[in-house]
Amino acid sequence: MSYDSPSLVSRYLSNPVSLAISAVGLLVLGAMTISVASETRQGVVLRLGQPVRIINRFHPKEDIGNSGAGLVASIPFIEQIVWIDKRVKDIEMKRQQVLSTDQLRLNVDAFARFRITDPLRMIRTAKTEQRVADALRPNLGSALRNELGQRPFAALLSPERGQVMENIRKRLNLVARQYGAEIVDVRIKRADLPDGATLQSAYERMRSAREQEALTIQAQGAQKAQIIRAEADAKAAEIYAASFGKDPEFYEFYRAMQSYRYTFGTDGTTPAGSSSLIIGTNNDYFRKFKEGGQ
Amino acid sequence: MAITHGWIARLGAIVNQNGPWGGSGKGDGGKEPGGDPSSGGPSPNPWTQPPGGGKRGPQRGPSFIDELTRSLRGGKFPGSDGGINWRYVIGGFALLWVAFTSVHRVGPQEEGVVTRFGRYAGKLGSGVGFTMPAPIDRVQKVDVREIRTIDIPKGQAENLILTADQNIVDLDYTVRWSRRNAELFLFQLADPDNPDDMISQVAESAMREVVSTVSLNDAIGSGRGDIETRVQLRMQALLDKYRTGVSIQGVAIQRADPPSSVNDAFKRVTAAQQTAQTYVNQANAYAQQISAKAQGEATSFDKVYAQYKLAPGVTRRRMYYETMEGVLAKADKTIVDAPGVMPYLPLPEVRKRQVIVEGDQ
Repeated sequence: MSYDSPSLVSRYLSNPVSLAISAVGLLVLGAMTISVASETRQGVVLRLGQPVRIINRFHPKEDIGNSGAGLVASIPFIEQIVWIDKRVKDIEMKRQQVLSTDQLRLNVDAFARFRITDPLRMIRTAKTEQRVADALRPNLGSALRNELGQRPFAALLSPERGQVMENIRKRLNLVARQYGAEIVDVRIKRADLPDGATLQSAYERMRSAREQEALTIQAQGAQKAQIIRAEADAKAAEIYAASFGKDPEFYEFYRAMQSYRYTFGTDGTTPAGSSSLIIGTNNDYFRKFKEGGQ
Repeated sequence: MAITHGWIARLGAIVNQNGPWGGSGKGDGGKEPGGDPSSGGPSPNPWTQPPGGGKRGPQRGPSFIDELTRSLRGGKFPGSDGGINWRYVIGGFALLWVAFTSVHRVGPQEEGVVTRFGRYAGKLGSGVGFTMPAPIDRVQKVDVREIRTIDIPKGQAENLILTADQNIVDLDYTVRWSRRNAELFLFQLADPDNPDDMISQVAESAMREVVSTVSLNDAIGSGRGDIETRVQLRMQALLDKYRTGVSIQGVAIQRADPPSSVNDAFKRVTAAQQTAQTYVNQANAYAQQISAKAQGEATSFDKVYAQYKLAPGVTRRRMYYETMEGVLAKADKTIVDAPGVMPYLPLPEVRKRQVIVEGDQ
């Protein structure tokens, strides 16, 4: 044996195959010991199934580059790392029908955004992120229905105006916390009138409102036109009065002459009908006619 | 000698294994510069690994080389001449590997996000940038200039939204966005390869919120610009709250109509507006006419009156006779001289008689 052992060592050292095998073995062991925690993941280290520590856990204040991301070591075979997404994920809720306090219906589509803040609790209660989302989805629906169902229809149209969305978020957050998650935001994507009678009656209301508007606009136009005409007439009367009022007696004469000319068609216009006159000689026009040059 | 050789073989193994870290990471994304040396599974160094070697390849890699060397030199292990060539080859590949994976070309519209063992370690601006070689540093390039658009709704469907006055408006709009912050975009967005869904979700929500505060007439008419601005600001606020690194460049409403089934009623309103305008125009024309006439008449009276004032009696008689001349000259005349002699004068006959009288003359 004493003869053999040095040669065994030297044989081992001089044999590249065995050297390579041990090198690779070391590498594999290293790979199992060292893992990369990326910026987007946090990990729970389980020692024989028992959680012992958390890697790169989410902190609300931390910045990218300052997190716990990087190389982490764990004991091979004994410790196992479960990776959980750090990023904000969303849950889309199936369309829900909400009944307002004034008995009107509204179809609501909503979504919530959440992130895992307590990976340990998440591992214990839900195992995977997908199951957290699955658990939260029905709760989002019921939180939404409960909160919106206490309000009149008009308030449902813009729930962002009040505390409504925040209330829903808080409600849902209570559930989310049990799963180690935090609800970042709840938002209503769509709020539509249900198809059928509700939608048709809304259309009918829009239609009749438009018809009313059309009639009003037309009447207002007519009214405006009438006022414009009246104002023009008044203005004309004012102009006439200012001018003719200077000598009413002469105006009467002037206007009479004008009127004769128009009536008998001597002012260039052609009035309808012809004129035949039977005149007595004591007419003023014939005064000189009768006087006979006196 | 043997030890040295083993060292090189091991180095080769480390180098071409693409790191146990790379393997346990999320599969190297294929974003490495040059692409070839590190893109996932296959070894960058085909000589050190038999084809189809997979992850455990390097284990066999060196032994394959060594067997080759041995067979070349009759079972004798690394001698003086031949083995050195292999060392050079492996060393050369190692150098190439380092060169390829530590020099990065970043395009003018891109930013390179560097991660060191998964941890964010800064950014590379456009141009050529240097990092540590591959298993240590990774660079992901993000286009931070390109403006992309999302159409809502997709296709020709109606997108009905309730307004503040409980009417319904059909809206088509486009959202233009770009990536403002490359590292937030990569690390905070749940799905950086397909952010469109998230952005359109936020857009729909913001649009619904804003439209629910304006009246239908504002939405289809004058308020569109205001809605666009408000939706843009709202979306930006939400995306910043989610820390997505997305910047909203603009929201453009392409079409804002009442729903098709009530469109006829809306057209009647337009028609009524036209009619009302016609009424007003006609009245204005009348007013112009009346005013011009009044002014004309008044002015002519004023002129005549000025002359009349100078010689009232004469002017008056002159005007009287001139008018009478004109009047009587044009009319048919019957002058009855004897007073009281007007026994029977059937008016329709007057005209006939005149004709006869004229004929006699």
